[in-house]
Amino acid sequence: MSHSRPIRSSSVQPPRGQSPRILEVRTKILKKNDELARAMRAEFEAAGVVVVNLVSSPGTGKTAFLKETLTRLVKAGEPVAAVVGDLETDNDAQRLAASGAPVRQIMTHGLCHLEADMVKAHLEGWDLSSLRYLFIENVGNLVCPTSWDLGESLRVALLSVTEGEDKPLKYPGLFNTADVAVITKIDLTEACDFNRALARANIEAVRPGMRVFETSAKTGAGMDGWMEWLTRAGQA
Amino acid sequence: MHELSIATYVVDLATQHASQHEGSRVAAVTLRVGSLSCVHEAALRFSFDLVCEGTPLKGAELHIVAVPVSVWCAACQAERELPSIQRFACPVCGAPSADIRAGRELDLESIELVEAALP
Repeated sequence: MSHSRPIRSSSVQPPRGQSPRILEVRTKILKKNDELARAMRAEFEAAGVVVVNLVSSPGTGKTAFLKETLTRLVKAGEPVAAVVGDLETDNDAQRLAASGAPVRQIMTHGLCHLEADMVKAHLEGWDLSSLRYLFIENVGNLVCPTSWDLGESLRVALLSVTEGEDKPLKYPGLFNTADVAVITKIDLTEACDFNRALARANIEAVRPGMRVFETSAKTGAGMDGWMEWLTRAGQA
Repeated sequence: MHELSIATYVVDLATQHASQHEGSRVAAVTLRVGSLSCVHEAALRFSFDLVCEGTPLKGAELHIVAVPVSVWCAACQAERELPSIQRFACPVCGAPSADIRAGRELDLESIELVEAALP
C-alpha cells in the first residue's frame, strides 16, 4: 500500500557478523481465531442456525434486550439458545434463562472479549440443527470485541440513549463491523435529552446505509420492527 | 486491553516461523495495523515486550506500520483515503461510502531473523 505511513521504523542494525534475514510472512495476526470462526460459520450454516453477536458497552441493556428477544421467540415457538460472556458471575445467564431458552454463561475471568474457541467450547452437547437462532451476548466493551470473529451471521451494535449521541463517532471501529444498530432504552429519550436524529446521523456517518432500530425492552417500543427484521434475516 | 491477546497471537506466529529456521532468533517483527482495527499502539508495545519474555522473541523490536482507511467512491470510480474515520464519505465529492478497501488490517507482515548467539 503506497500510502501507508510508518509510525516508527527504526531499522535494527544487527551485530557484526550476523546477516539478518527478512521473512515475508504476510498473514493475519488473528489467523487462528479467524480460521476457527470460518469453520464454525460453515457448521452454523449447514445446521441452518442464525447466529447473532450482540456487542455494546457495559450497561447498554444488551441483556434486557436479549431477554425480551428470546422471550418473544420462545413464545412464537422458535427454537433458540444463547451464550453470554462476562468477566465474572453468571447473573446474566440467570436473567436470560427466565425467557425459557437454554442459556450458558461464558466467564472470561478478566478477558475483555469473547474469542471463537470460547464460544465453541460452550456449544458442546447442543444440537445446532435443532436451533433456529443462537445469540451470543459479548462481554460489555465497545473496543475489544471488534477484531474477534465468532462465526456469527449477524453482528448487532447497541447503544443506549443514556450514553450520548456521539458514541458511534467515538467508536467507529465497532460500528463499522456491525450489520445493524440498535438504540436501546428509547423510553428514556426525554429524560436524557437524547437527540435521536443526531444519533442516527452519527451512525450513518460512520456506517452509511446501516439499518437502525430504536427499542425499549422495558415498554416493548420498537421491538416488533426488530423482531420482523430478525425473522426475515433468519429466512434469508 | 485486548492488545495482550493480540501480542500473544503475534509471538506465537513468529515463534512458529522462527522454529523452521534452526539457529535463528527473531530480532524484529513488522505489523500492519489499520486505523479501524481498534488497536492502541502503546498498549500493544507494552504487551509485546511482556509476552516476548522467555520466548525466541525476547528483546525483539516491534515495528508498526499504520494503515489509514480507504473507501471506494462509486461516484468518482476511485479509491479514496479518508482524512477522518468519523465520516465515511468521499473526501473529494462527498458521496457516502461503506465500501472499505483498507484500514481493517491486523497483519503480521514480516519477521527479521538473525543467527542466535552460541550458548
